[in-house]
Amino acid sequence: MPIPQDDPNDQDIYQEHVLDHYEDPYNRGPLAGATHAHDGKNPLCGDKIHVDLRLDENGRVAEAWFEGDGCVISQASASMLLEEIEGKTIEEVEKFSAEEMLKLFGPQLTPNRQKCCLLSWKVLKGALHRPVGTEADPSNTEEDETESQTSFGGPSLGEEQ
Amino acid sequence: MGLLDTDLLRRDFPVLERDVAGGKPLIYLDNAASTQRPRAVIDAMDECYLQYYSNVHRGIHTLSEESTKAFESARETTRDFLSASSIGEVIFTAGTTAAINTVARSWGDANVSSGDVILLLISEHHANIVPWHQLAERTGCRVEFIPVDDQFEISDETVAEYLDRLRPKMFAFAAASNTLGSEYPVKKWTAMAHEHDATVLIDAAQAAPHQEIDVRDWDAEFVVFSGHKVCGPTGIGVLYGKETILNAMPPFLGGGGMIMNVTTDGFTTQDLPEKFEAGTPPIVEAIGLAAALKYLKSIGMENIHAHERILGARADAGLRAIDGVRVIGPGPEKKGGINSFVIEGVHAHDVSAFLDGRGVAVRAGHHCTMPLHQALGVTATSRASCYLYNTVEEVDELIAAVADVRAKFARTGRRRRSRRSVESNA
Repeated sequence: MPIPQDDPNDQDIYQEHVLDHYEDPYNRGPLAGATHAHDGKNPLCGDKIHVDLRLDENGRVAEAWFEGDGCVISQASASMLLEEIEGKTIEEVEKFSAEEMLKLFGPQLTPNRQKCCLLSWKVLKGALHRPVGTEADPSNTEEDETESQTSFGGPSLGEEQ
Repeated sequence: MGLLDTDLLRRDFPVLERDVAGGKPLIYLDNAASTQRPRAVIDAMDECYLQYYSNVHRGIHTLSEESTKAFESARETTRDFLSASSIGEVIFTAGTTAAINTVARSWGDANVSSGDVILLLISEHHANIVPWHQLAERTGCRVEFIPVDDQFEISDETVAEYLDRLRPKMFAFAAASNTLGSEYPVKKWTAMAHEHDATVLIDAAQAAPHQEIDVRDWDAEFVVFSGHKVCGPTGIGVLYGKETILNAMPPFLGGGGMIMNVTTDGFTTQDLPEKFEAGTPPIVEAIGLAAALKYLKSIGMENIHAHERILGARADAGLRAIDGVRVIGPGPEKKGGINSFVIEGVHAHDVSAFLDGRGVAVRAGHHCTMPLHQALGVTATSRASCYLYNTVEEVDELIAAVADVRAKFARTGRRRRSRRSVESNA
């Protein structure tokens, strides 16, 4: 435990289980034999997530892996999400809402940080519709196109100077 | 010259008295993004709205006359701040971005053609990059960048080499970098560019808040800056241009205010500066800007600059002394109050969130200088930028908080204690 217990600076959003997922993520790495995949980034802060899925013949997400680079919130939330949905049916994953993602994460996030938390959730949803090795797998990343689909994530950081 | 009397000065800035999340006193070190307002600015704008606000240059009635007088007086204050030759050279815009877009659209479309080069620094912020990319799309010109060396510096020799080789039509650069903090030799580089027949635009967004500006001494064709970075309001900025070049340029935005005469067949334009001020101008913002410029002048630009350099150097030294911290910028003798840094293994957003918990407001991200970040191979940096109201104690708290960041996020062999890890361990 590197953090002194009397440390007044302990951030709520960096709770122990968040840091645990950051340091010891679930299914981090490439997935050989992935059937579906998608990329995404948060262009305003540089968080990146790639998700590989293996969908089986029964309509389930048999395996879900991710790779990425970014802040604690973006990477820990990806680990939590894939751990949560692996083994579920495609319909169940489709139904998994942004609210449920934020609840799964736990600590209350400001609108700007919700963007970090929801990145992997957006990429996962995109991956369900992007089979590997077909024309329908453009390298278009999950950026602006998703902005109109969800009101989560708060204001843009784009005006920073 | 030493530090300013911040005990006295901070009383002018009501917002600095507040606490932030967690009950910590606010330590505002995000001044390169935007500064806070002194009461003098807020009062000047309030007075206008409460007592004499009206549109300008239009009505023949008491309020309009009073508003027009205050608005034009603000222009004169701005002229004086820049040491410009005449008020015709001082155009109010919506900000630095709008000012550069005006030049790129008006001067650019009229003077730049296919094969011409627009020369920038790699450290420019997007406001001084994207309008030129757009000009390139319209005209077929090329946008070229001067790189920084491994000390984050740009030498006179490098600038000369690029000017020689590329013979740019326009050399547009920031007097001070919003990310590296570097302060560039504006007068010298402008003279070098003129020897190569280039037109020069100086982005003074990060210089106007901190240094004495004399546009006649700089001798650049264009100088731009924003109100909100000099303790003034948002929504206003300034485009200074030499009178001859502004007169030769076509108007950019069309509308009321910029016309002499309109018929069903066409229009004729007003003289400077109204030629470039279509529509109702930012009247109250101009009045607020003038109050801000007077406030800064009353303290003294040289005194402000000296204060910031002391704080900037202290932050630079303190940050460099922390294990795992890398300052993205030259040494303190080459910069002002801005320090950008990365902490090994910790993302800038996490740094910023952690510092916020200590009351310290810094910027995290790419600071609208994505090409620079790409060139340096970093996705995001944290940036602490000092201004006249910051104190030594605040800088020391920044350094102490940054020192604690690594401990917070250090990897210590943690394990998930969640469903699947339990299953797999079982």
